[in-house]
Amino acid sequence: MNIVRALKCRECGQEYDIQPTHVCEFCFGPLEVVYDYEKLDGYFTRELIESRPQTMWRYKELLPINGEPTVGAQNGFTPLVRARNLEKVLGVSELYIKNDSVCYPTLSFKDRVVSVALSKAVEFGFKTVACASTGNLAGSVAANAAAAGLESYVFIPHDLEQGKVLGAAIFGTRIIGIKGKYDDVNRLCSEVAGKYGWAFVNVNVRPFYAEGSKSLGYEVMEQMGWKAPKHVVVPMASGSLCTKIHKSIKEFIQLGLIEDNGTAMYGAQATGCSPITKSVKDGTDLIHPVIADTIAKSLAIGNPADGYYANRVINETGGWAEDVSDEEVVDAMKLLAETEGIFAETAGGVTLGCAKKLIESGKLPRDESIVLCITGNGLKTQEAIVDAVNKPRIIDASLKDFDALAEADGFEAAV
Amino acid sequence: MQLRVYLTFDESTVREPLIWKLAREFDVVTNIRTAEVKDHMGLVGLEIDGEDAVVEAATKWLADQGVKVAPIEQDVIEG
Repeated sequence: MNIVRALKCRECGQEYDIQPTHVCEFCFGPLEVVYDYEKLDGYFTRELIESRPQTMWRYKELLPINGEPTVGAQNGFTPLVRARNLEKVLGVSELYIKNDSVCYPTLSFKDRVVSVALSKAVEFGFKTVACASTGNLAGSVAANAAAAGLESYVFIPHDLEQGKVLGAAIFGTRIIGIKGKYDDVNRLCSEVAGKYGWAFVNVNVRPFYAEGSKSLGYEVMEQMGWKAPKHVVVPMASGSLCTKIHKSIKEFIQLGLIEDNGTAMYGAQATGCSPITKSVKDGTDLIHPVIADTIAKSLAIGNPADGYYANRVINETGGWAEDVSDEEVVDAMKLLAETEGIFAETAGGVTLGCAKKLIESGKLPRDESIVLCITGNGLKTQEAIVDAVNKPRIIDASLKDFDALAEADGFEAAV
Repeated sequence: MQLRVYLTFDESTVREPLIWKLAREFDVVTNIRTAEVKDHMGLVGLEIDGEDAVVEAATKWLADQGVKVAPIEQDVIEG
């Protein structure tokens, strides 16, 4: 059942037919997909959803595609982990990790948004898809495009680390490195998106792309036993994820799938790129663009397109925003790994680091349910922690040498 | 060409009539589509219409005055 009604301007409310476009011709406001939810009355039930395969597409009526997905049909439905060890460390009673560091196929939540964007691109008849990215998005577009038999272009700054280039190059995409200052590279990508007849996932098909983030929220609510958490902490780059998880909760309430739990949204940024957090702390809704300087590269968006809307969601829901230093990011990455066995990328360190500060400051209550959204895998940002983890202790191939080590660690031989 | 941009003015530029000056300095047609101006900051959605080279020079001139010029999509390079 297709319940998509139109694209609607978030600013002036002007509606447009479903097409590959992203800004309002009248006021430049961003367009968002809107739905006729009443068409799902009596049809879209918990039982129907539970009867479907465990992928993000079990909620397909609330994602903006026609019929079945053509790209990324296996994506999503990542674990929601009850973080009992971390609860003890942080002194809270009910903490969960939504672990998108194991999202299929490229180990980040971008697989959700990209599979929606590319499925929609196929519907529109595009043969070539593209993105501009410094990491997760590049890999996800390249991989999902390869699996779907689509041509792809990935635009990157020319001096991007080799490891990150590799993460997209392996999938046979066409990678273009662009020289110049960040703003110039950004502007060129925008111009390319406007000039060539491609589906640029976060430009001309952005309204559809962004909707994919809602699937993370739907999964959390189902995995918690069909209820919303009281508090959700999300990393913020463009700010889109924060707004879309909030939208997912509102939709489930409207459809009668859960009760309104008064969920508050909290945003997390690195101090070296925290324009949205700063706006929340300053009590303004205007976002001052910044030049990013942080190890949390996947959050390094200095002029965030959805910053204003993320700010509004945080304020309307009674949440807050926080930021953490690069040192705090590394400490939090280690804490998550050592307590829960989850190796998150730097953005995960930002999320947990900010949650810790929010708990300590009393902004996050200790006795109510909290979900932390971990959005990417630490294997992709190893450079950030390479000097912060224990080095192996080197010994000769001698049992005597190991015995000495074991004794120093307080272990005795069993026999 | 017609360029669609967001201009961000900071505290030092928000009181300056820079869009008026732009149209005096360059042979372009400017059309404000959205604007929010406060004491310390301003955000303007602007169409700039003219010959390609002139539009490019006009954009550079704005940046030289201390105005941040961004595509209306803002940052499209994601992590």
